[in-house]
Amino acid sequence: MSTQKEGAQDSCPACKSRIDEESLRANLMVCPSCAHHFRMEPIDRIDYLADKGSFSEICKGMKSLNPISMEGYIEKLCEAEKKARMSEAVITGTCAIGGVPVVLALMSFSFMGGSMGSVVGEKIARAILTGVDRKLPVIVYATSGGARMQEGIFSLMQMAKTASAAAELDRAGLPLFLVLCDPTTGGVTASFAMLGDITIAEPGALIGFAGPRVIEGTIKQSLPEGFQRAEFQLEKGFVDLIAPRGEQRGLFIRLLALHGFGGPAKGANDANGAKGGAA
Amino acid sequence: MSGIKKVQNRLEELGKIAADAGIDIADELGRISAKVEKSSLSARVWQRVELARNPDRPRALDIINNICDDFIELHGDRHFADDPAMIGGIGFIDGIAVTIIGNQKGRNLKETMARNGGMANPEGYRKALRLARQAEKFRRPIITLIDTQGAYPGLGAEERGIGEAIAMNLREFSQLKTPIICIVIGEGGSGGALGIGVGDKIYMLENAVYSVISPEGYASILLRDASLARHAAAMMKITAEDILGLKVCNGIIREPAGGAHLDPATASGAIRDVILRDLKDLMTRNPAVLVRYRNQKIRKFGHFTEE
Repeated sequence: MSTQKEGAQDSCPACKSRIDEESLRANLMVCPSCAHHFRMEPIDRIDYLADKGSFSEICKGMKSLNPISMEGYIEKLCEAEKKARMSEAVITGTCAIGGVPVVLALMSFSFMGGSMGSVVGEKIARAILTGVDRKLPVIVYATSGGARMQEGIFSLMQMAKTASAAAELDRAGLPLFLVLCDPTTGGVTASFAMLGDITIAEPGALIGFAGPRVIEGTIKQSLPEGFQRAEFQLEKGFVDLIAPRGEQRGLFIRLLALHGFGGPAKGANDANGAKGGAA
Repeated sequence: MSGIKKVQNRLEELGKIAADAGIDIADELGRISAKVEKSSLSARVWQRVELARNPDRPRALDIINNICDDFIELHGDRHFADDPAMIGGIGFIDGIAVTIIGNQKGRNLKETMARNGGMANPEGYRKALRLARQAEKFRRPIITLIDTQGAYPGLGAEERGIGEAIAMNLREFSQLKTPIICIVIGEGGSGGALGIGVGDKIYMLENAVYSVISPEGYASILLRDASLARHAAAMMKITAEDILGLKVCNGIIREPAGGAHLDPATASGAIRDVILRDLKDLMTRNPAVLVRYRNQKIRKFGHFTEE
């Protein structure tokens, strides 16, 4: 449905109304006319979510190797680095939201489709374990096409690794908050992305295990409108709520307070909460 | 192998003859030799893929019947249905009560249809988890027999949360306070395999393969040509030797000459020996230590550099 192109665009793929880059950015990459959520880069999400200047990156210098000597992989990584202006498909760190310290991990679809290889798996796992060590809540923004196939079996094993870290946070009684962004599929869906205590989806996000084309190929028919979208997943019971982007920071302040992090009054009027139920 | 060696020896001779005649064809011969080697690797790996997929290969239930003195199959996930693509139950192996969970493929068309080609739906993974928790409760070790292309990519599977079902198994299997031995007996494909693949020991049968995606899938997605599956299979490092070399499995269980399908009883005997040897060790460990080691091992998977 939303096969939007990367980079500058002059119209919304959903409602076709004209938008310029600047007003789109000013509106958190959400179409002012129809509220279509464009993809958003981690760096911009940090700007919006975290208290000013509070973000401190961890595992910044971690880089991929070529564990199964896959032809062309190193070149692909170099290209991705230039294109996405990130060293890997996830940024992790600590920050404060409404004065409450948290661990934050944000994935980028621009870096090789947000695919999870050794570095993504390790950074996500370490972010979650940082939560365990420092007794902090962990917030993960997921977006991914799935496993980084160029890393072969190691990409598969990152699913186990991130799930093992999530288990440790679970046992420590600390909350894992997941925000599923467009798209979240494959091995990421089948591991940490579905292990949140609270699972939030961005409106319209594609969320599933198998990609739509794979399913169509299996069942030999086209998929119903809205299949695997956030609203579908809410209806089927796999997400707790759908939160428009502009409401996410306020929602986190409330959620953190409800989990015993930060005072209940503080920041409650920061923004309105998210819509549950009929979004 | 010897065929390849013969070709390469002949190329070497040709090089010498040419050099004596004052013609330098070493570069060209080197290129030919590399190509021969590459295609021979593809052929060898593909032979493994075909053996792993051989319809006569012993299936999970065949192996169970061979290694158990008594086995009772248990059904259902208690939420939605019983998934015939994922089987499980309890039995004795040499007097030790164990829980066995496995992907079950069919052998002929009718069985394959009934078993959905060994591709489980969410209820299959939830059944596996139910039986695994039951095993923990009654202090039974868990044996998993992996043999699937992957989880079923269907409409209902998505509606019922196949991603969530696999994710939950990964998390919960990592924490179960009972020994878990996982054995890839045929195809180990993707998250569908890993959904019953988290354990203390991972083994592969000699002709089993284990991969993040099928060679066909890799070829069509990354090489944009599904017909390059053979080529992809060689690139992906999916054979038992590859996976052992990458330290993702603990060992290889040898098959009878020609493959497990030629002598399922002997193949099953080898599996039984490995299970019994490992259980003797794993069952003496303190459960908390067992879980800690299991997770330490899982966290080590991966290759990266840090500045």
